[in-house]
Amino acid sequence: MSHFDSLPWPYPIKYGEQTNYDADVLVLGGGIAGVWAAITAARTGARVAIMEKGDTRRSGAGGTGCDHWQWAADNPGSGVTPNELSNALVANHGGWRNGMSTYIQCASGYETLLELEAMGAKVRDVDDEFAGAPFRDEKTKLLYAYDYDNRFVIRVWGANFKPLLRMECLRRGVQIVDRVNATTLLTENGRHGARIAGAAGVNTRTGAYVVVRAKAVVLATNRPQRVFTFSSEHRGVTAFRGASNVGNGHAMAWRIGAEFTMMEKTIRSPFASPYSYPPYGSGNAINTWYPCTIVDANGKEAPWVDVNGKVLTTVEERCHPAEGQKFFIMGGGNASQPHPGLKQYGGPRLIPDLEDRMMRGEFTPPFYADMTSMPDYERRAIWGLMVGQEGRTRIPVLQTYSEGGFDPARDMLQTYDFIRGHGMREPVAPQERTFGEIGVSGGMMVDWDMMSNIPGLFGAGDLLFGAQDHSHAATTGRYVGARAALHAQGKDFAGISEEQIVRDKERVYAPLTAKPDSLDWKELNAGVARVMQNYCGEVKNAELLSLGEMWLADIAANEVPRLAADNPHKLMRALDVADILTCAQMIVAASQRRKASSSTLHFSRLDYPDLDPPDWQKFLVIRKGETDIETSYRPHGFWGDLEANYAPRAAENRSALRHKVSSAA
Amino acid sequence: MNHSPVLATPNFPTPGRPVIFDPDVCNGCNLCIVVCPEDVFIPHPTKGGLPIILFPEECYYCGACVDDCNRKGAIRLNHPLQQRVRWKNKKTNEHSRLR
Ligand SMILES: Cc1cc2nc3c(=O)[nH]c(=O)nc-3n(C[C@H](O)[C@H](O)[C@H](O)COP(=O)(O)OP(=O)(O)OC[C@H]3O[C@@H](n4cnc5c(N)ncnc54)[C@H](O)[C@@H]3O)c2cc1C
Repeated sequence: MSHFDSLPWPYPIKYGEQTNYDADVLVLGGGIAGVWAAITAARTGARVAIMEKGDTRRSGAGGTGCDHWQWAADNPGSGVTPNELSNALVANHGGWRNGMSTYIQCASGYETLLELEAMGAKVRDVDDEFAGAPFRDEKTKLLYAYDYDNRFVIRVWGANFKPLLRMECLRRGVQIVDRVNATTLLTENGRHGARIAGAAGVNTRTGAYVVVRAKAVVLATNRPQRVFTFSSEHRGVTAFRGASNVGNGHAMAWRIGAEFTMMEKTIRSPFASPYSYPPYGSGNAINTWYPCTIVDANGKEAPWVDVNGKVLTTVEERCHPAEGQKFFIMGGGNASQPHPGLKQYGGPRLIPDLEDRMMRGEFTPPFYADMTSMPDYERRAIWGLMVGQEGRTRIPVLQTYSEGGFDPARDMLQTYDFIRGHGMREPVAPQERTFGEIGVSGGMMVDWDMMSNIPGLFGAGDLLFGAQDHSHAATTGRYVGARAALHAQGKDFAGISEEQIVRDKERVYAPLTAKPDSLDWKELNAGVARVMQNYCGEVKNAELLSLGEMWLADIAANEVPRLAADNPHKLMRALDVADILTCAQMIVAASQRRKASSSTLHFSRLDYPDLDPPDWQKFLVIRKGETDIETSYRPHGFWGDLEANYAPRAAENRSALRHKVSSAA
Repeated sequence: MNHSPVLATPNFPTPGRPVIFDPDVCNGCNLCIVVCPEDVFIPHPTKGGLPIILFPEECYYCGACVDDCNRKGAIRLNHPLQQRVRWKNKKTNEHSRLR
């Protein structure tokens, strides 16, 4: 049967029918941060529900894998302290990184990993596949990546983490509400900026309306996507992130008056291009493929150098700090790393002028990733452990290429560097930007409890400002689950306004009414993206940005009402695009208000060309007030002493836990 | 002239066939429909029939459907032609590509 034969919708239609739940802690988004938050909240004895748009077994950016457990400075092998590492990570991002959540990540990464292990995950080389390898600790059997001296990034078998975490949620009695797209945060009596009362959502298969009353809500819906570029055609296996993470949480929280920061940071999109290759699926030497040997068409090796420019002659030398350097952060040399970082923390990489050398005839393209000549343990670590456990590589890369005949001990995988881009990256036009596809980006402003300015509204994972990584999502989720549960203790439910519900139902079901001049969600997405490319691209000034504001407002007023959807799935996508539009408006508003250019934020204003003026080295915070957008600022490092703020809360969290994680055995 | 039946159908999106089901192995249990994070499939109207790829262009090739399938070989990913990678045998210099 072709999928163009018109079929009846396979699920019962329940538009407008309402189901109600109650929870002490409601988690919106059952990705990595969400399931961890739910597990920890449930371990305190709280009644917990998760509302997830997809299915919690595999949903979210970490749903099918994680190969690097980043920045676990609390692991027994680490050569750096959590304080040292989080301060380095913040400094490496010019001060624009979430010091609080980064500290939680650095200080509890290993602790969290041990809980995951108790749930049945493989986090160490128990099968002795890598016995004797220089990145292995023979006693603990932990495997490390990048800096083999300082050992704070752990290689893990993450392709199954998500299903295991979901099982743990079920064992802990968490109410999982899958296939419900959260659309609306409810506040006390519907008042703007008031304390949280719960959330509403729409089932993506039946169209039913779901209301959950809650004393605390944890937002864990990742970040906006598709704000600057959108094409459903040709994207295929080059897509980096799934279609469901579009910034619904950002838009929902914005509507009720939550604060956001760093929203003006957008970068040239490394993965937007449909003309690219599968992420982690072409030859390269960064991230998952670190420290792969690269050779040219004649088999000539491309040199690696350390941060001082010293040429490194062996594979092993690529995994140690340079002379005079205590430790390094990542390495690989870094087409895919949006911010070049400080020299002090730079890692080994391919020689930076490789392209010039090729142009001069010293190397002949195309280049290949040559694992055949690498030590066997490094080859097996890249191909099989890292490529295989890394997000969406086990099936699309490892299995598909292996079945297609690729053998890393015999074959060299072509890179497309210098013939069409760098690493996993394509050369993209300046206007083809991305908000949060990669790197740290803008998000919800929170305090040390990971709570926003809306009482009872918490955040975790990639949704937080200035944050990223799987282990960050896991550790902040785990931390916030306890904070939210403690917040809920002894509280009553806030009153829900029936009027807010009625208004919301009108809004969310509006696309179901057929219109003579209806507009499809895809066209609206492309239309919003075009406005952003033109008026909030690499070139910005007050004039362009106000035109952007004007045209986005025009779309909101005149095009969104034309949105049409003829089934619950398309209704989800239609509401998503309306939220993408809201996120676009947040980005333009922040960009208009930063009156200076910034290197780390990849932000350049023609009318304020001064790069990084000291006055503007601060977080710009925006929120939707009752009438206008309100602006405020926080200095870099506003979180104060990391350890002093973290330690008492972590201790309180620990003592709130009444149950251990289940031991899978 | 021999030809297939002539039908008034719109164009396929590209890619339009992110996964391929093997009708001899797939038993239509629909587990792939349960796990797909983007909900690109719907069940076949006939019980036991192959799942239908309703929204092929929303697939992001995460591979969950293949990974979680209980019947090996029932589903495989079908990389778009323009995104199939190339490699070379180091000894023989023979060039290959993903097929
Ligand atoms: C291909 C890929 C590979 C990666 N590999 C690594 C790695 O090896 N190491 C590493 O450290 N990091 C890695 N990352 C990053 C890491 O996966 C993310 O940082 C992490 O998953 C973020 O967790 P999160 O919970 O914030 O978001 P997610 O895990 O994406 O979860 C968000 C969840 O919210 C749901 N959701 C969204 N909107 C709604 C709504 N309106 N209502 C209900 N639910 C909603 C989504 O369906 C999703 O399940 C990778 C990312 C990608 C895309």
